[in-house]
Amino acid sequence: MSETPISWYLALSAVLFAIGTVGVLTRRNLIVVFMAIELLLNAVNLSFVALARGLGSMDGQVIVFFVMAVAAAEAAVGLAIMLQLYRLRETLNADEVTTLRW
Amino acid sequence: MSIPLFLVFAVLTVVSALVVVVHRNPIYCALGLVSTLFLLALLFLGLDAQMVAVLQIIVYAGAIVVLFLFVIMLLNLQVEERSTVPRPLMAVASLGGLVLGALVLVGIARTPLAAPVPVHGGYGGTEPLAERLFTAYLLPFELTSLLLLVAIVGAVVVGKRRASP
Repeated sequence: MSETPISWYLALSAVLFAIGTVGVLTRRNLIVVFMAIELLLNAVNLSFVALARGLGSMDGQVIVFFVMAVAAAEAAVGLAIMLQLYRLRETLNADEVTTLRW
Repeated sequence: MSIPLFLVFAVLTVVSALVVVVHRNPIYCALGLVSTLFLLALLFLGLDAQMVAVLQIIVYAGAIVVLFLFVIMLLNLQVEERSTVPRPLMAVASLGGLVLGALVLVGIARTPLAAPVPVHGGYGGTEPLAERLFTAYLLPFELTSLLLLVAIVGAVVVGKRRASP
């Protein structure tokens, strides 16, 4: 049984990234937009791990560690902002929260 | 990881990612995200990244998604009514995503990649990861702890209920 080539993992990562991008662009529920961003981060993580394996180095996996920390920080602060937004506006629809829009 | 196994996992991952992006009920989106993250952890195992796979399940599926579910249920979000985005705009956005994916795929197809380097038994375990983390990446590691501290303080301050407006 032959091993899967690294480029297949990279292709899967590209597909996931494209799906996440479509999610960020088309969804209007802020929480779902956030989940799509997590999807983007994970697609990139898959690339990092695949390339680390291809090169036989651990550095890619260390970067994934940092990406996870940043994702956790981002989720905590972002969800706190959404909580406040919902208290103020009673909605999480991105089209109805346009005060900062130019 | 053998090719048929990879294909099964890849198809399942793409399907659960599509659930996240397409489903109108945020709860199902979050569950799709959990399944995507678990499948990615399995793919990590196939790439000899055991430590990262375990972290993926504990940190992502265990902590971050639970945070999402917590907020969704706290706010009692209902199923989205029909999208307010105009249909042509939706089509353009989807097309943009598809073009992006296609471009990256072409880029990958045209890049010559050497066959994976054979690795020794300890690759992907705790020890080599910690060794890199606490030598070459010590400064980023310390900065990450600072980032997490700032995020904790920020989340508490932002999430606190104001006394009175």
